[in-house]
Amino acid sequence: MVAEEIRLAAKSPSAAGVSRRELLLTTAITLIFSATSAWALDVKGSLPWPPNAGTPPTPVQPGPWVYFTAEEATAIEALVDRLIPPDPQTPGGKDAGCAVFIDRQLAGAYGKAEGLYMRGPFVDGTPQQGDQSPLTPAARYRQGLAALDKYCRATYAGKSFAELADNDKDKLLSGLEKGDVGLEGANARGFFELLLQNTQEGFFADPVYGGNRNMLAWKMIGYPGARYDYRDWVERHNEHYPLPPVSIGGRPDWVRKAG
Amino acid sequence: MARKLPATDVVIVGLGWTGAILAHELTASGLNVVAIERGPWRDTASDFPPAYAQDELRYHIRHDLFLRPAQVTMTFRNNVSQTALPIRSWGSFMPPNGVGGGGVHWNAETWRFQPSDFQLKTHLTQRYGEKFLPADMTIQDWGVSYDELEPCYDKFEYLCGTSGKAGNLKGQIQAGGNPFEGFRSREYPTPPQKQPYGPTLFAQAATEMGYKPFPQPSGNLSQAYTNPLGVTLGPCTYCGFCEWFGCGNYSKASPQTTILPVLVRRPNFEARTQCEVLKINLDKSGKRATGVTYIDSSGNEWEQPADLVLLCAFQLFNVHLLLLSGIGKPYDPGSGAGVIGRNYSYQVTSSVDAYFDDKIFNPFIASGAIGMCIDEFNGDNFDHGPHGFVGGGYLGAVQTNGRPLQSTRVPKGTPRWGLEWKQAVAKNYLRSYQAVTHGSCYSYRDAYCDLDPTYTDRFGRKLMRITFDFHENELKMSQYITDRLAEVVQKMGPRHFEKKPRAGHYDITVYQTTHTCGGAIMGTDPKSSALNRYLQSWDVPNLFVMGATAFPQNAGYNPTDTVGALAYWGADAIVNQYLKSPGPLVQA
Repeated sequence: MVAEEIRLAAKSPSAAGVSRRELLLTTAITLIFSATSAWALDVKGSLPWPPNAGTPPTPVQPGPWVYFTAEEATAIEALVDRLIPPDPQTPGGKDAGCAVFIDRQLAGAYGKAEGLYMRGPFVDGTPQQGDQSPLTPAARYRQGLAALDKYCRATYAGKSFAELADNDKDKLLSGLEKGDVGLEGANARGFFELLLQNTQEGFFADPVYGGNRNMLAWKMIGYPGARYDYRDWVERHNEHYPLPPVSIGGRPDWVRKAG
Repeated sequence: MARKLPATDVVIVGLGWTGAILAHELTASGLNVVAIERGPWRDTASDFPPAYAQDELRYHIRHDLFLRPAQVTMTFRNNVSQTALPIRSWGSFMPPNGVGGGGVHWNAETWRFQPSDFQLKTHLTQRYGEKFLPADMTIQDWGVSYDELEPCYDKFEYLCGTSGKAGNLKGQIQAGGNPFEGFRSREYPTPPQKQPYGPTLFAQAATEMGYKPFPQPSGNLSQAYTNPLGVTLGPCTYCGFCEWFGCGNYSKASPQTTILPVLVRRPNFEARTQCEVLKINLDKSGKRATGVTYIDSSGNEWEQPADLVLLCAFQLFNVHLLLLSGIGKPYDPGSGAGVIGRNYSYQVTSSVDAYFDDKIFNPFIASGAIGMCIDEFNGDNFDHGPHGFVGGGYLGAVQTNGRPLQSTRVPKGTPRWGLEWKQAVAKNYLRSYQAVTHGSCYSYRDAYCDLDPTYTDRFGRKLMRITFDFHENELKMSQYITDRLAEVVQKMGPRHFEKKPRAGHYDITVYQTTHTCGGAIMGTDPKSSALNRYLQSWDVPNLFVMGATAFPQNAGYNPTDTVGALAYWGADAIVNQYLKSPGPLVQA
């Protein structure tokens, strides 16, 4: 039993003469149920192995947008489909699910900049010192998409980004990338870089996160995915690996059909 | 106000490689040991089982196993004329967090340093003369010799089960191994890992050019192995998720797979996780550590008194805690006086990217430490006289991974997005290859750590400030060895290759390695080192500081084998000398 393993003496703390063990108990009592708990843990006598202690990722579920508004989502789908356009062999960023991926990432810990150092003062430095923005990724998208929409409507006769011809979309993206196009109220180049990074993440990350639908990006390059044993293939040089990719979530054809 | 706990014999700050080794050695000698670890307990089954360990987004891109900068970070600037700014998200290096430390997520490249690396200043001065070295270079001898450390290297490698081929057995050069290495008292515990296509081609090309290629020593094991503690590791399956990841297979040497199952069963050992040490406490004289003060995850402060304090955190945090605790004189780059923060160094890496039409490399069949390497251009293995720089590195085809976000490379001139990019990725993923150099980084007067005047952590403690840039000597070295690497790569027959020597200013945003070094270095003189040759603080004799913190400069190899060897060296000094007569082991 876990509680025994980590040797928490089950005495009630007394007001006076509190023992060291009891003091620790007061801080450790909530932790005994999970080795990956965020709480302090006293380990003594044996490895702290509670049952079912794993922390697998939570698969993204299809459904409505979680972070983006409908208008933002339309723009993002158009953007990711130019950064990674469809071709006869492989769908583009939109059908790969890159917009869904970004939406769910922004709604979660990543979007909130959880875990990052967000204390001030916020001062711009050299490129070598890295990004010093006080904005979270979620805020940058809200700001960047609003500024992009304003720019498009002003420049292209009231049209939104999604309504532009592919050629115009690409020219605009190129301008953002090179710093030739500025956006009012947003860091245009920074927004482009963030968007490009997140789009590629969505394309290549495991499908459990909402992008790389049907492992299409892995099939495109010949990456077998979350496989774990290549011992029989290490010394088979210059030969194509024969097995199709698998995801952390398995493969679509592994799912047992209902009924 | 911290509540005081009953005293223990030994308190260890940080339960990674060095903390686990020291705890094992000292509990074996009968001492009561308490290890205090800032991060969580981690283990294979709960934190990185093969059901979901292969998650590039979670572990590589979102840094799941690493310390959170919100918890503590550092500030950085290239030189003293700049204002240092905080590292808000990790880039150039990945500070570890949790039980096992960097041992959980390393690539497991297990190299020994060369004999001359330990007498670097003396060796280079004797061979080339003092004037050959840049005036502001502050390299030093370590105060310990390779011969003294050899049994400790051996012990660490046999703990890990390291897979490799000896090149020098008791002075006899061995075919198939590294002929430039220092002597080994015995063969590696396990034979080398198998090699995929890229390293095999590299070795063929290198052999044709007259070099002596050898398999990289690997802590991802070629076969099952039971170490002297009775803990068994399984064979590596070449999944290609090593660095940044925990091994789901019990194949990568880590504290979890080599020591902890034995250590936690010792009745005189206890670990407290999610407890962050705030400072090392000193008595009124300032010459004796009385223990540490830490804060648990509920925000309660505790004082843990101890007779002996072992600082076993990651290099950066060892230096930070020394500065925060007021132990030793902080280094001043203006006068060159002071020892804490002195000789901060790093590693100089570079690569050659090659693109082929007719070869399939299957980059995903990988291990963090497979590969074929040559050592002709490392350390002082070649005459530096004509070149005007010192140092070097190993060159190799090291196939660490084929993870798509990290390893989909495209030729120079390809757009970064759009159809052309997409098609180039599809065309080149299986058919490109990256060979690498792993170069030394020597120390300089203006590269150091101190406390930042502006930024603080969540407890209001000053962050540590890193002032660091690459120097001309290192950039010349990188150019030279990258050129040599490109010659070998060219012989592999690519349609196109690109040399990428290290150039320009050190950039904190671009991942290079997590081999930060120095800041509280070992040596022979308390004026120029924080620790004596036994890793004992000159100022506070009941404090020992482990890890790459002690490296006076960095050699052209990955540091972990040397970190492990120094831990055994320090443990031996504590058990066989210090405990018999507590006090300074070397008279200043």
